[in-house]
Amino acid sequence: MSNAAALNGEDFNPMTEGLRDGQRLSLDVTRLGVWDSYLMIALIDVMRRCHDRHIGVDTSGLPKGMAALLELSSRVPERTDAIKGVAHRAWLERLGESARSVWLDGFFLTQFIGESATSMVALITGRARFRPIDLWLQIQACGPSALPIVTLISLLVGLILAFVGAVQLALFGAELYMADLVSLGMTREMGALMTAIIMAGRSGAAFAAQMGTMNVNLEISALRVMGFTASDFLVLPRMLALILVMPFLGLYADLMGIIGGGIVAISFFDIPLTQFIQRTSESVHLTDFFIGLFKCSLFGVLIALAGCFRGIQCGRSASAVGEAATSAVVTSIVFIVVADSVVTLICHRLGI
Amino acid sequence: MRTMNRTDSVIKVQDLTLAYGDIVIQKALNFEVRRGDIFVIMGGSGCGKSTLLMHLIGLQKPLHGDIFYGKERLWGVSSEQREQLLRKVGVLFQSGALLSSMTLAENIALPLAEFTALSKKEIDQTVSYKLALVGLAGFEGYYPSEISGGMQKRAGLARAMALDPEILYFDEPSAGLDPISAQLLDELIQSLRDSLGATIIMVTHELASIFAIGTHSIFLDSEAKTAIAFGSPDQLLKTSQDPRVLNFLTRGHPERAGQGVRHE
Repeated sequence: MSNAAALNGEDFNPMTEGLRDGQRLSLDVTRLGVWDSYLMIALIDVMRRCHDRHIGVDTSGLPKGMAALLELSSRVPERTDAIKGVAHRAWLERLGESARSVWLDGFFLTQFIGESATSMVALITGRARFRPIDLWLQIQACGPSALPIVTLISLLVGLILAFVGAVQLALFGAELYMADLVSLGMTREMGALMTAIIMAGRSGAAFAAQMGTMNVNLEISALRVMGFTASDFLVLPRMLALILVMPFLGLYADLMGIIGGGIVAISFFDIPLTQFIQRTSESVHLTDFFIGLFKCSLFGVLIALAGCFRGIQCGRSASAVGEAATSAVVTSIVFIVVADSVVTLICHRLGI
Repeated sequence: MRTMNRTDSVIKVQDLTLAYGDIVIQKALNFEVRRGDIFVIMGGSGCGKSTLLMHLIGLQKPLHGDIFYGKERLWGVSSEQREQLLRKVGVLFQSGALLSSMTLAENIALPLAEFTALSKKEIDQTVSYKLALVGLAGFEGYYPSEISGGMQKRAGLARAMALDPEILYFDEPSAGLDPISAQLLDELIQSLRDSLGATIIMVTHELASIFAIGTHSIFLDSEAKTAIAFGSPDQLLKTSQDPRVLNFLTRGHPERAGQGVRHE
């Protein structure tokens, strides 16, 4: 073993190959210089082979440290039951398990919605336990600080709506009606939808991450021991904040979208400003605004529910917090789009 | 001040089975904690000490059996009643579990503002007093992330004591503390018991603390899935014949059991 640098596990194989039952292998390392873990791994391998073939190994020639390491590595026998094999499961079993997890998810979500509703009732009757200051902090975090992104997105959506519409309307020489298209589209639909999607990414993910981290730190357990429920203390201020803030953000998004449309109409299609304003005010009624604002509040509830639900459900690791935030956004967007379709359908049936 | 009657049973655990889903962690647990005890729940890692604590403080529902606070049941009653019972309980979690979005003062004021009729000024005074008790006077405005782990733990204790609880739970109080801080915390726990007449229940495997302040204990074993020894830690060390208990109490050198291991 003089040439330590060139040694590896395979080099030891010939040494053991030639040995027969009853013979002994004697290890001598007097000329060994520097050695590291690879030598130990090779030695352990040699000893295991020898053991399997009932060949005695004389380790008295090893330096003290090496002998101690060998002893240490074999002191606690390998727990064969501790090794995690890759569980092989039939596709039917896996399918059943995913179906069951979807079912359980729905079950817990229903339970969570029930708890949140109870908290809402407690709030109305004045028994909800939460700090009003938390509500203000949430309003601040959800509202004013979201204005820049809402401005940008809504302005551009208005712009896009105007362009897409105008190109088609120009075929009939009816470019002027792009004002109707933009203002109705924004107030009834896009204002609420775009705001909701922005808020799902901003606040929904933040809620899930905040509450997930609180879960990891046992803060939620500590709250429960002190007599506070997560649905009162954490969910309620967040949900209220979104219910209150979303309509304002939606209204603001409507205005920005219409301004975006106006910019396109005036600068690209030579429609006079007065005419654009006149068409807009004639086509949009108060009902359209109210439908948009109602949607905003509804989406606010859904975002808060999805964000807080995923946060509370969160496991106790850093990656679980990341998953909670991701799944909060996905869940919110699914909720938003489904709810939007339902509301649109109802409005269509009711003729409003 | 509460009267100290040593024979009072503050907590009685009856035939308790703890489980996560279908996996039973501990079964057939029966023990009593008396007023003024410093009761130690000990055992190796993963034997279910912390799980037992979660059940005692009402965060997890037992699979079987019940826990009595005085004469009242913790489980099998409405959640309002359970909450009422737990009002006299304070818990210090392993990492302190302070609300990270609030300052120390806000953390400690939280239960005071909700469950007492104290004025703002009185709350502030109480907060300062509780922080001073744990040696953190002047740290009111700090956020938990701005102070060290040991300080977080002490602030957590100040919050647990906010409502002057009759029973204080500690989850691994000395874990992650240097020997001197751990010793100071032990002394603090002992003086809280003596001066407030509180009953202390702590989950720990820190031998130094166990022998220094523990007056009673149970030893949980993960193989047997139940408690295998009861009694004061000193007594257990002297009289226990069970190799598992002796190994634990002597750090794996049971032959030294009679020689005052804790003083080495």
